[in-house]
Amino acid sequence: MAQAKSKETKNEYEDIPGTFVFNAERSRQGYGINMFCMSLMKDENRKAFKANEAEYLKKYNLTPEQTDAVLKRDYNRMLELGGNIYFTAKLGATDGHSFRHLAATMTGSTQDDYAKMMLEGGRSVEGNRSKSGKYDKPTRKAAAKPRAAAKSAKKSNSSKKRK
Amino acid sequence: MAKIIAGLASSHVPAIGAAIDNKQTEDPYWKRVFAGFEHTKKWMAETKPDVVIAIYNDHASAFSVELIPTFAIGCAAEFPPADEGWGPRPVPVVKGHPELASHIATSAILDGFDLTIVNKMEVDHGLTVPLNLAFGSPSAWPCPVIPIAVNVVQYPPPTGKRCFDLGRAIRKAVASYRDDLRVVVFGTGGMSHQISGPRAGLINSKFDKAFLDGLTKDPKKLAAMPHLEYMREAGAEGIELVMWHVMRGALDDKVKELYRFYTVPASNTAVGHIILQNGLKSSARRPIEKAAPRKKASATTSAKKLVSKIR
Repeated sequence: MAQAKSKETKNEYEDIPGTFVFNAERSRQGYGINMFCMSLMKDENRKAFKANEAEYLKKYNLTPEQTDAVLKRDYNRMLELGGNIYFTAKLGATDGHSFRHLAATMTGSTQDDYAKMMLEGGRSVEGNRSKSGKYDKPTRKAAAKPRAAAKSAKKSNSSKKRK
Repeated sequence: MAKIIAGLASSHVPAIGAAIDNKQTEDPYWKRVFAGFEHTKKWMAETKPDVVIAIYNDHASAFSVELIPTFAIGCAAEFPPADEGWGPRPVPVVKGHPELASHIATSAILDGFDLTIVNKMEVDHGLTVPLNLAFGSPSAWPCPVIPIAVNVVQYPPPTGKRCFDLGRAIRKAVASYRDDLRVVVFGTGGMSHQISGPRAGLINSKFDKAFLDGLTKDPKKLAAMPHLEYMREAGAEGIELVMWHVMRGALDDKVKELYRFYTVPASNTAVGHIILQNGLKSSARRPIEKAAPRKKASATTSAKKLVSKIR
């Protein structure tokens, strides 16, 4: 387990800020949360859950932390503990919330501010590529270094030139 | 002999479906999005494909964490709309094409693609929203649809290269089908978006535009892009774009870009859309409009109609 964990942290995607990649490890950890969310696809289950949330959750073998995150509707924490957004969105829908509402909540901004940011073109990737700063210096230069990233860098270069 | 005549790619944002279902398509916010598909609906009505093969992803509707097929082909006679937490969308049941689907499954498996065969499946917005964008809201979908679901929910999805090669296998399978059918392949999902975690709301129009350019002109190179780059540059959920490579792989190496549309935002997402037509001797019926060449397409919020005249 410890070994698997240290392997996971070596995954380069862990360097992406503000992001919980739903990999096999999180999928194992979050099985209960996600199966609970799946159950909310049925109207009778939505009603049963709303009638007594804590009681309903007992069927799904969640850890105390996971139960707490669900009851508090702490969506980031749910993702951290193995929930996946396409599943947790069903909990959001049960509460009458859209994906956009949940997204705004997860970013910590108000609904209005988030909607405004989206209308203005969304969150820029500049400064949001990596925790380590590896990819966040001058975009094209940084991206041109690792072979893996060369393609889009070249593309954005050439599309620039064409203009 | 069946033939793939064109490919179409489009985002499949759930809020687009909600806007249709709640009759908000005339609201200024949504009008901007739907205006970009007016031409497409005309083109589809004119093109009249016999079958659509739709590459899409299930969003925890038919497949949960219990079963995560990397590639799954729907061979059923019909696919009802799923209840995604709001009740099923009020859209027609999707009718399949079991014979062609089984033929594709057989051919692709013998070709090295171990497809999962699905004989009972509900379909969610990932499939039904692109059908609405292409066909509007008819009382029945105008042609059978073969759904091919790709896992993009649990990391890792199949590589872009593998998706492209699946497209190649589909193309080969279609070409060896006995009936004369004209087929259009849909790639769905994307473009840049992130709907999870504190980085939600990420949009990268520069990336999206380069992706659209590459899809038309240099698809093999584009398909070699690693997953990390999608997630970092186009948002965690932007990785859905790998599904567009299946569509592209099913087309000729050289295609004609008939149309492109791009707008930001629809809910959390950059909406991208493109129509690519196969070969100069394509059997597609004549295009109905023409417009400026592709290069002038810009990543702005206005709808652009960009149809090149067929020679």
